[in-house]
Amino acid sequence: MKPVDTLRFATRAATGYPLRTFLMVLAMSIGVAAVVVLTALGDGARRYVINEFSSLGSSLVIVLPGRSETGGFNPVNAVTSTPRDLTVEDGQALTRAPAVLRTAPIAIGTSEVVFNGKLRDVTIVGTTADYLKLRRMDLAQGRFLPAEEPNAAVAVIGAKIRSELFGTEPALGKVLRIGDRRVRVIGVLASSGQGLGMNADEVVILPVAVAQAMFNSNTLFRILVEAKERALVEPAKTQVESILKTRHDGELDVTAITQDAVLATFDRILGTLTYGVAGIAAISLAVAGILVMNVMLVAVTQRTGEIGLLKALGAEGAAIRNAFLAEAALLSAAGAVTGYLLGQAGAFALRTAIRVLPAYPPDWAVAAALGTALTTGLLFGVMPANRAARLDPVQALAKR
Amino acid sequence: MPLIELTGIERVFTLGDSVVHALANLDLSIEAGAYVAVMGQSGSGKSTLLNLLGLLDRPDAGTYRLEGRDVTTLAPDEQARVRRERIGFVFQSFHLVPRLTAAENIALPLMLAGIDPVERARRVGKALEDFGLANRADHRPDQLSGGQRQRVAIARATIMQPAVILADEPTGNLDRATGEEVVHLLETLNARGVTLIMVTHDAALGARAGRRVVMQDGRKIADG
Repeated sequence: MKPVDTLRFATRAATGYPLRTFLMVLAMSIGVAAVVVLTALGDGARRYVINEFSSLGSSLVIVLPGRSETGGFNPVNAVTSTPRDLTVEDGQALTRAPAVLRTAPIAIGTSEVVFNGKLRDVTIVGTTADYLKLRRMDLAQGRFLPAEEPNAAVAVIGAKIRSELFGTEPALGKVLRIGDRRVRVIGVLASSGQGLGMNADEVVILPVAVAQAMFNSNTLFRILVEAKERALVEPAKTQVESILKTRHDGELDVTAITQDAVLATFDRILGTLTYGVAGIAAISLAVAGILVMNVMLVAVTQRTGEIGLLKALGAEGAAIRNAFLAEAALLSAAGAVTGYLLGQAGAFALRTAIRVLPAYPPDWAVAAALGTALTTGLLFGVMPANRAARLDPVQALAKR
Repeated sequence: MPLIELTGIERVFTLGDSVVHALANLDLSIEAGAYVAVMGQSGSGKSTLLNLLGLLDRPDAGTYRLEGRDVTTLAPDEQARVRRERIGFVFQSFHLVPRLTAAENIALPLMLAGIDPVERARRVGKALEDFGLANRADHRPDQLSGGQRQRVAIARATIMQPAVILADEPTGNLDRATGEEVVHLLETLNARGVTLIMVTHDAALGARAGRRVVMQDGRKIADG
């Protein structure tokens, strides 16, 4: 039997039972469509996060106290076990590094804010004037912390704090009590939402010296460093590390992470998530494969008489096996193609519904979905096809 | 040299504990061009004999020579080839593929033999003409009458120009007039030289054959 005849015969068989073929193609296409849509969603989320992060300013280096990596044996490590604190002076020293544009220290803590009998717990961020530019934040009203008066008792408050404490009253110029101190509100941040793990709408920003005095501590939570340009992020990181190493008696007891590293982590997490949903969706492909087997086994039973006839007419076992395999392959291929189109339509619908989400299915997912569909279809078609090929012609002919 | 030569054929079926000798020590020789009716009651072994002759079944003992060649020991694929080229089957229930047209059903053996489509179309066209089915070529079996279906089946059985036609109760599902027509068609083919072996329990039909082989309990009880 010629391959083209086998294919034609299988096509006639597939179209000869339209309902069965439709249901089988539907099952397989749902599996493929699920992989395409879900990976489009996962990968879309990944690209969305990466884009948002990049727009946040990707020339940042974040310095945190302590060393998160093991650096081999170092005699200094053997002597001192606790890392030195980061100080405001460390931050100022970093400003002198050639690749660094500006730095902002961050001291962080929580305290009670009282105004006019209203009391609220807030996150206090102690920093300097450069923080605003470094974080690309905007002011809604007033001005930010003054650079020339590092000890001024002034505060810049988040949009939500403003509305909760002052309601419709003007906030600028009012005096708040924070812990045991009184500070004057000189600015209100524009509403911006989440950033670097804290909600900027719910913070009160104080000069770092004031905040440290309030918390009775000299240490910093982070130092934010902005490189002069994107290409200088790595040199800035190296310079920051070397300056702090010198300042900390030759021991590198801080960790400097670049935004790229943070980005890479997000990229990895969301990439893994995409693989995960692809895997879950692929289960439906395996189920569809088993369905192919079931459908083909039923087909063999249904067409036992026909198989007997083909044998009587001189069909070799291989010819019958190939015909049934071709039919299974056709069903899976039709399902795979339909599913691919459905999936792309679904991804398009997602993109139309959520405009900010670049929900394009990644190529690997499309290839894997189509490949898995065809492979499972063929693989699960082998057993029924072999059963058909091995049928005893006398018994097969006796059935109708 | 006889076309078909069976010597010492045994075919044993085991059904549960009981052993059934469907064919027992059967010797049979059929000359080319003969017209043989195999007769007997159901269970007499006539269908088993036909299956053996058609290489659909293997004997447990004995040898089967077709055109002088021992075909008992052939591998399944070689037997398939012999069936394809030398043997034509006509069944009581026609055994047409329901989703294929008359022309496609007739073309099946040619397709299985890998003959190219142009030659296939030529031979099928001629067969449709010869069997009076020219205007039924694109009809599916369910659109054909019983007699037309059996004519399609006979056209299919002869399309490869086999040496022998094995017909199993070819008129069993047909009314008398149509049956007569079908038998006449088979006899015409026989007159042109094709060996015709027909299983039937219809005595009138058997009487028309040049030779009657009567079976009982797996044994030949009359021949001639």
